[in-house]
Amino acid sequence: MKPIVIARYLRSPFTPAYNGDLARVRPDEIAAQVVRQLVAGCQIDANTVEDLIVGCAFPEGEQGFNVARLIGFLADLPLQVAGVTVNRFCGSSMQAIHMAAGAMQLDAGEAYICAGVESMSRVPMTGFNPMPHPGLYERYPQSYMSMGETAENVAEAYGIAREQQDAFAADSQRKAVDAQTSGRLTEEIAIIETAAGPVRVDGCIRPESTVETLGTLKPAFKDTGTVTAGTSSPLTDGAAAVLVTTEDYAMKNGIEPLARIKSIAVAGCKPEIMGIGPVGSSKKALQRAGITVDDLDVIELNEAFSSQSLASIRDLGLDAGKINRDGGAIAIGHPLGATGARITGKAAQILKRQGGRYALATQCIGGGQGIATVLEAL
Amino acid sequence: MIAINKVCVIGAGVMGAGIAAQAANAGVDVVLLDVVADAARSAIEKMKKTTPAPFMHTKTAKRITPGTTQDDLQLLSDCDWIIEAIIEKPEIKQQLYRTIGPYLKADAVVSSNTSTLPLKTLTQGMDDDLRRRFLITHFFNPPRYMRLLEIVSSPETDKTRIDLVSDFADKAMGKSIVAAKDTPGFIANRIGTFWLHAAVTEAIRLGIGVEEADAVLGRPAGVPKTGVFGLLDLVGLDLMPHVLGSLEKSLAAEDPFHKLGPAPALLAKMIADGYIGRKGKGGFYRLNSTGGDKTKEVIDLITGSYDNARRPQPAALKASKKQGLRGLLDHDSPVGRYARSVLVKTLSYAASLIPEIADTPDAVDRALRLGYNWKTGPFELIDQIGPAWLAKALTDAGEPVPALLSAVGDKKFYRTEGGLLQNFTGSEYEPVRRSPGVLLLTDIKRRSQPIARNMSTCLWDIGDGVACLEFTSKMNALNPLIFFMIDRAVRDLPKWGFKALVLHNEADNFSVGANIALLLYGAKLRLWPFVRWVLKQGQTSFQGLRFAPFPVIGAPSGMALGGGCEILLHCDAVVAHGETYMGLVEAGVGIVPGWGGCKELLGRWSQNKSRPGGPMPPVMKTFETIAMAQVSKSAPEARDLLFLRPEDDIVMNRDRVLAAAKARALAMAPDYSPQQPFELRLPGPTGRTALELGIRDFINKGVASPHDGVVARQLAKVLSGGNTDALDLVGEDQILELERDAVLFLAHTSKTLARVEHTLKTGKPLRN
Repeated sequence: MKPIVIARYLRSPFTPAYNGDLARVRPDEIAAQVVRQLVAGCQIDANTVEDLIVGCAFPEGEQGFNVARLIGFLADLPLQVAGVTVNRFCGSSMQAIHMAAGAMQLDAGEAYICAGVESMSRVPMTGFNPMPHPGLYERYPQSYMSMGETAENVAEAYGIAREQQDAFAADSQRKAVDAQTSGRLTEEIAIIETAAGPVRVDGCIRPESTVETLGTLKPAFKDTGTVTAGTSSPLTDGAAAVLVTTEDYAMKNGIEPLARIKSIAVAGCKPEIMGIGPVGSSKKALQRAGITVDDLDVIELNEAFSSQSLASIRDLGLDAGKINRDGGAIAIGHPLGATGARITGKAAQILKRQGGRYALATQCIGGGQGIATVLEAL
Repeated sequence: MIAINKVCVIGAGVMGAGIAAQAANAGVDVVLLDVVADAARSAIEKMKKTTPAPFMHTKTAKRITPGTTQDDLQLLSDCDWIIEAIIEKPEIKQQLYRTIGPYLKADAVVSSNTSTLPLKTLTQGMDDDLRRRFLITHFFNPPRYMRLLEIVSSPETDKTRIDLVSDFADKAMGKSIVAAKDTPGFIANRIGTFWLHAAVTEAIRLGIGVEEADAVLGRPAGVPKTGVFGLLDLVGLDLMPHVLGSLEKSLAAEDPFHKLGPAPALLAKMIADGYIGRKGKGGFYRLNSTGGDKTKEVIDLITGSYDNARRPQPAALKASKKQGLRGLLDHDSPVGRYARSVLVKTLSYAASLIPEIADTPDAVDRALRLGYNWKTGPFELIDQIGPAWLAKALTDAGEPVPALLSAVGDKKFYRTEGGLLQNFTGSEYEPVRRSPGVLLLTDIKRRSQPIARNMSTCLWDIGDGVACLEFTSKMNALNPLIFFMIDRAVRDLPKWGFKALVLHNEADNFSVGANIALLLYGAKLRLWPFVRWVLKQGQTSFQGLRFAPFPVIGAPSGMALGGGCEILLHCDAVVAHGETYMGLVEAGVGIVPGWGGCKELLGRWSQNKSRPGGPMPPVMKTFETIAMAQVSKSAPEARDLLFLRPEDDIVMNRDRVLAAAKARALAMAPDYSPQQPFELRLPGPTGRTALELGIRDFINKGVASPHDGVVARQLAKVLSGGNTDALDLVGEDQILELERDAVLFLAHTSKTLARVEHTLKTGKPLRN
């Protein structure tokens, strides 16, 4: 196996859908600005990039066509850099990284830009034209189950109490506020130029959130339930990108990479408790890396909901102190297609920042799946 | 002739802000200034959340630029009309007029919204140029909804300015103009305050309870249906001392107003205790929510303590039902004597004020109807009980008989002569004048016989080859008799020489929907062929209107709900009053629109260019509108919901709706070609499944009940085109059949029938 590395990581500010600063910016435009700045920041010859792989969960409307190819044009990548759009819902841009890593093992190029994008303002979740298979729905309705309902199912099945969920969300907000105010988020954020001026900072983080304020919210998905808007990741607009290369390539180009990809995995689970997806996929990835959870120094676990995060943490036996040190998606936001690149890039960044040997980035995926990546310090 | 393109309102209190909102609703840019920094801006923000809404559309608020009288007077430079609505202090108002003088456009009109100060006081010391451009425009609260505008001018006022303001207020702001004389309280407040004051003081003097008083003055006299105490609670008790004080000061010593005595001590105590009406802790009525349940309580006018409301039905009320208003006034009982005392005093007061405050009974009647929501004006009430009866009642009580009342003698104040309405103005009958361009069905009915009629509808000739279909059923509910008349009109109107049809009536509401009692009756007796027939007949008649060989114009005002909305959706064009409230609310009674409403709205969303593409958005938009029973709170909002098309007209003045609809009909009639049926590509079962996902989430959230889900699933089936395939075209008839099947299915469920029954009984929807 040749060593593959996460060479660089960059993302746009993540802002709330509909009334955030990026709501009126086309998603392809947001992604193109991130990709352009990523390439410029690495000072590589863009002609050496094999492919632009873009993850998107609802690739239609302004993020439709083959949006990856269009982002390439918008970012003025050389024409010979190809473009492909991939969809594994929330796992889309982590999947992009996996595809790049796999391709490079087959000597198919030495550098890939793996990005992800979602404007949840401009393309609704479920898309403009949801057309589920009636027969499948009748036979197996959970195949189309809403994410909120699955979060309630997980809370119930794993006995995750409302108070625990609120505390987890408050903690995520606190960590994000701390990261933001101490400037730890600045280096990963690409300034996005918009008609209304440049957008520089994350907009979803809620410094005013406390266990008490969260405790006052009504259930959002089930009248007798425990999951609220405050313990769910917000609808978000944003894009993220990582440069994935062979270690050789990075060295040749004077790039000091963030981390090496040690192993990857995906695994299916029951769609009605899709939030438990990180368990199966992480176990596989850890096994493939030849390590256990105890060997992990850094963990990025996507916070789709407090309930599924807590259930996954408990099932995997993760050390809470190592998880999402700069805050998770409940605070930062979760632009579906962009999250995989963000948390993989983030895990690599933190591993490099604070030392240690192994990092895990993992997330749950609608429809009942999980995806995981194990990284190793260089 | 200059026009009014920009209005400035100075004073951002409740009235000033409300007038600014209505000027913005009229479609012009508005400047709103206040002496207090930020007051105008916060007034606009507050109005965005006020119910009933001062703005007809959320976007309208943007038309108003806020500012202050210190910093922003330069904003006056291009305003055509400046309305002053500041504190009722003459010297402060006069100072303001001097201050703004240099900033005004040379031909700008300035008016005051004063309710208590005379024009002659306001114009004291004013330069001649401004004095010619100055008048009083007295709006009523809330300015969007109260249709009265009293205009007071002087002989010095430039007639073209009066006309300019009147024309704008009438056509663009939808107000009915009543010319008032420069006397205290003008018309409506002069009589209205007297009446309120008399009703309160007489109740206390005669020992009548609040509820009894409201029961006899409310519905029987129609002044208004809330009754007096209910009305005071609504407008706020705290206004009363100001209004009473101002009239006390300004009215001549011999004015009968003074005989009513001072404001009762109870009123001052209630205000001091915060019982200022519904905007405070309550008023004469209050809701007590101690112990969880809300109970309505009513004050004892003598002790000032509250007790549970009892909804009394005094015998006098029965007398009024049997023998009309006079039966009530002749009733020998405490409440009968009370009603008699209050009404005799008030009506004779009104009769004594012509020509002092207005020239005609019609002006006074319109002022009280449109400014105080009286169902009938004082002179119309006098005609109901008989002027001679009133004169005798006064004589019997030893009170003087007003000259006008003596002069009318045994006759009445209103009569119809040669098909025209006339009113008695002192020595003779004069025609009741309508503003130029106003066409009222009432006037047409006075001078002609219907072309055709049955128990639920009338067909009128409104001239120039245009016919008007008027609903006359209870609450204008739609039933098969109306369908028969529609069929007849479609068949025979061309034969009879008509070239267009207008659907219009002058009731409060265009139509509240289908007569759902028929559905209940059919379902209870299991007369399914009958239910099916009613559905099919309604669809056939409405389709008949749609494909008629002549243009059909809907001309609604007020509520157009359910079937009332569906019939309008089938019209070639709609000329809607600005205050039109449209909605397909069938889900509330547990059914889906079954007379083509699903089909028409779906057709509109399918052809709408502003929605995202693909087969689902039109289905989802229509589903959302019908499943949530969305009702527009104005005609502009109805446009957002596609109940009105962009090319449909909105008319602000209710009295002008019929004329505008007729003009539209005549414009469309030459070379008219009927609408063509449409075919839609609908998603079929996949679309139904997509909607099912949403229904399931709504039920999970507890936002929708399980039976809401049953109804919504039937709706989803109709709107997705049943079992069609996405590659096939679905015709109108297929969608209509799906509508019928859905209603029939739902009519077989006990929960739908429970909803229908509950709504028939209470007028409210049942959530089961």
